[in-house]
Formats: sequence, C-alpha cells, structure tokens
Amino acid sequence: MNTYEYRKLKNTLASGLALACVILALIPLVYILAGVVMKGAPALSWEFLTNRTVGTGEPGEGIGNAIVGTLLLVFYASMIGLPVGILTGIYVSEYGNNKFGTAVRFFNDVLANFPSIVVGLLAYALVVAYLNVGFSLIAGSVALSIIMIPIVANTTEEALRMVPNSLREGALALGVARWRTVLKVMLVSGRAGIVTGALLAIARIAGETAPLLLTAFYSSYWSFSPTEPIASLPLTIFRNYNSPSEVLLQQAWGAALVLIIIVLTLNIGVRLFMRQKTKKSKAVKMRWMTRLSRRD
Amino acid sequence: MDDKIVTKGLNAYFGDVHAVKGIDIRIPKNAITAIIGPSGCGKSTLIRCMNRMHEVVRGARVTGEVLLDGRDIYGSQMDPVLVRTKVGMVFQKPNPFPTMSIYDNVVAGMRLNGEKDWKRLDATVERSLKLAALWDEVKHQLDASGVSISGGQQQRLCIARALAVQPEALLLDEPCSALDPIATAKIEDLLFDLKDKYTIVIVTHNMQQAARVADFTAFMYMGELIEFGVTKKIFENPDKELTEKYITGRFG
Repeated sequence: MNTYEYRKLKNTLASGLALACVILALIPLVYILAGVVMKGAPALSWEFLTNRTVGTGEPGEGIGNAIVGTLLLVFYASMIGLPVGILTGIYVSEYGNNKFGTAVRFFNDVLANFPSIVVGLLAYALVVAYLNVGFSLIAGSVALSIIMIPIVANTTEEALRMVPNSLREGALALGVARWRTVLKVMLVSGRAGIVTGALLAIARIAGETAPLLLTAFYSSYWSFSPTEPIASLPLTIFRNYNSPSEVLLQQAWGAALVLIIIVLTLNIGVRLFMRQKTKKSKAVKMRWMTRLSRRD
Repeated sequence: MDDKIVTKGLNAYFGDVHAVKGIDIRIPKNAITAIIGPSGCGKSTLIRCMNRMHEVVRGARVTGEVLLDGRDIYGSQMDPVLVRTKVGMVFQKPNPFPTMSIYDNVVAGMRLNGEKDWKRLDATVERSLKLAALWDEVKHQLDASGVSISGGQQQRLCIARALAVQPEALLLDEPCSALDPIATAKIEDLLFDLKDKYTIVIVTHNMQQAARVADFTAFMYMGELIEFGVTKKIFENPDKELTEKYITGRFG
C-alpha cells in the first residue's frame, strides 16, 4: 500500500467514525421523541387540555391548569430574566473591558453551571421565606429567571462579539453616541444570536422541575394569582409518574408531549415573527424608494 | 493659509506601545494632506487621534493637544461625539452597515441621532451621494442593501455617509487599498472635487497616490514625523535623507 492510499484510508476511517458518533448521539434523541409521541399522543384530547389536574386517576382529568401555570411561569420569568440578561450581556461586551466586567463574566459562567435545585433554594430563602410571599407563581418565576439570566447574558455577549468591529467604529465615527451605536447598530446586527439565546433559555426553564418544587410548589386548581402556588407541566409529569395509576402515567406522557409542543411552537413562532419583521422593514424601504423616484 | 487641525506634542499609546511620538503637525484648511510611511509607523493612529477614534480601542491613550480651529478636542469640555461629527472618517475596508439599505446607510448618522424629517433625509441622501459621485450609479436601487454594490461603490457610499453629517474635515485611512485601479481613480477624482469644501487627510501606502492627489505630504517613520511639506518638494527634493530613501524605494 503506498502513502496516498494509506492516507485515503485514514481519511475514510476518520469521517466514518465521526458519522458513527453522530448516529450514536441521535439514537437517544429519536428514541425519546418517538417514545413521548407514541405514549403521549393517546392521552391528548380536548378535555385533557382544558380540564384541571385532580390527581386521582378518574376519567375527565386534564392538565389545563398546568399548561396555564407553565406559560405564566415562563412569561413572568422572561419579563425579569430577558431584560436583565440582555443588559448584562451588553454591559459585558460593550463596556466590560475592565476588572468588573471580567468578574461579571466569571460569575455568569459559575451561575450558568449552578445546580438548579440550589437556585430553587435561593429563591425559596429569598421570596418564599424572607419576603414571606409563600409558595407562589412569583417565587417560581424568580427562580426560573435566575436560571435564565446567565444563559441570556452569555449568548447576548457572544452575539455582540460576533458583530464586526468595523460596524461599531463606522457608527462611532459618524458621531453617533455610544449607547445609540449599541442599541441601533450592534443589537440590530446581533439580533439573530440574541433571539436564539433567549429561546434557548426559555426552552431550558420551561422544563425545569427541581427549583419549582421549592418555589411555585403545586396546585390542583386553576390559579392565576402571582402570590398563590401554581401547577406546572414538569411537576405534573413528576407527580403523575410517581403514582401507581396507569391513567396518571399516561397523563404524564401526555403532559411531556404538550411541553415539547409548547417549546417547539414558541421557537418556530418567534423565528417566523423575526422573518416577518425583516420583510416589513424591506417594505418600508420600498416606500422611500418610490417616493424618491417620483420626485425625479 | 489657515490651519484646520494642529497637533502639539501628540503622543498615542496602545497599552505600553508608544505608537505616535510627540508629533507637531499643521493640517492646512481646504487642502489634501497625505500621510505616508511604512506599515506600523503610526499613520493611522495619528489620524485616529484627530477625531478621537483612537480612544475607542481597548487600552489606548493619548497625551498632548489636537486643536480643531484652535480648540483642543481633548479639552475637558469637548464631547467626543461632537468632535466626530465635525471630523468624519473613512476606513481602510469599506464598512457600510449590512443591515441597512443604501438610503439608510447614507443618512445613518442622522437617523441614528434621531432625525425623522423625510424631506431633510431625502435631500441629504441625494446631496451626499452626488457629492460622493455615486448618485447616478445607485439612484434606482436606493433600497438595495449597502453591501450589494461593488467594493469601490461601497467605499464611495462610506464617503457619502461621512459627508452626510456635514463634517468640516474628512480623514481617510488607506481608503483605496482594497480597491482596483479604476475605483481608486474615481475616489481620487472625488477627493480632488471635495477639497474646495473640506479639509482632507489621507493615509496611504501608495506613494503615487500621494503624489497625484495631495497638496501637502507628511512622511512618518517609527511613530515620528520625519518631514512635512508641499508634496512636490517632498517627492522631488526632500530635506531628510530618510524621506528620500523611502520615496525612492531604497529603504532599510
């Protein structure tokens, strides 16, 4: 065998090995997805989606209040976590070339890898116990937002760093103030990355279970109040899966499927919205265009 | 002749690196001044000090004075943002905003600072693009992306963008080094037309270019200003031996 053939063989082997690993990594993903769809789909019905959780395994039970609970938790957590996370990312990337910025970056990384149950404990100590709010929607949202912040901050920083420096300098050289440059040039250029980071964080917190145990707790009833305990899909899955009832087990799979569908819908929805927005700004440009040509 | 920009004992640093060493130069008004010199001699840093763009870089620092019409732009009362609207800058690589149309790029400075009056924006777009000799080439595609045109056109778009904020002086940092000879010729013609209204400083590696367009030429070496004078004199009869060596290509 000559050198060329040997090299070719090594090349084929290496790419074959890489492909094999990809397939290996895909197996659990496909297995889980297929399992959830197959076991969860039979549970789905209008009643299942709109009735409340009771927990006895009687017919006519549903997960309606858990769906609402998860949506509310994610909404409130995003209200807190997205602005704080994005602004932190902006600070670290645009103004953080100092010791404080380095420290923030370091603690962000630490926080991002924190066990979520510890975050739950923190929110418990702070909101449930110290502020004396008790187990509540707001306590759960605070816990989830703390998980969200480092993810959003890191992805925002990354997205802003990806924007070429020439654009930043181009705007500054036009006499555009620093904060306007960040807001209108940097954020616009890096928005795809920032949105991806936000979606990643939302997907992550939508499935969080442990911190909710200590904060939002659980409720079998419909609840919308920020200061009351509230149901959530992950906790419904957790609770039902621990029960001996076949019906409740089935409901756990159904809830898992619904959770996956919610996250996917959110993901696709936001991406479509972003695309729509770019189209819209194109339409605005077209209007200027026609105005200018009319003047000629 | 009046001096538009005067530097006095100007030093610029990147961290510990002393890039510009005690430079005194008087940039004449409504003329083209070229700065030549080998790579890394501090040419770009020098002009970046003239509109306070040097300090944008991490760890960068400036000492000394830069007077714009007699006022120190590094004075405590001076707003760097205001300085940059008076002294515009064009960079080595064309850098139109890729997310904006040609129209938006030209008025980026105005719109980003909050201007919303369509009539003024329209008028500025047309005036600036005509000044930059680009209007006829792009007037039917103002809605196209700023990066959809050729490199030479992009660079003229950047010049139009800089002119749109109505500066008094224009700094060009090797504006033609990424362009072909035809696009280069167009930019040189353009600079020639602009010098009636603007004070222009151009950094260039191309000595023929300096000889063609500049009224005055400065030669820099290792962060120091070696010689400054009328272009013809610098190229035909320089005072310093170093200048002559560089210009005749017998360097080092």
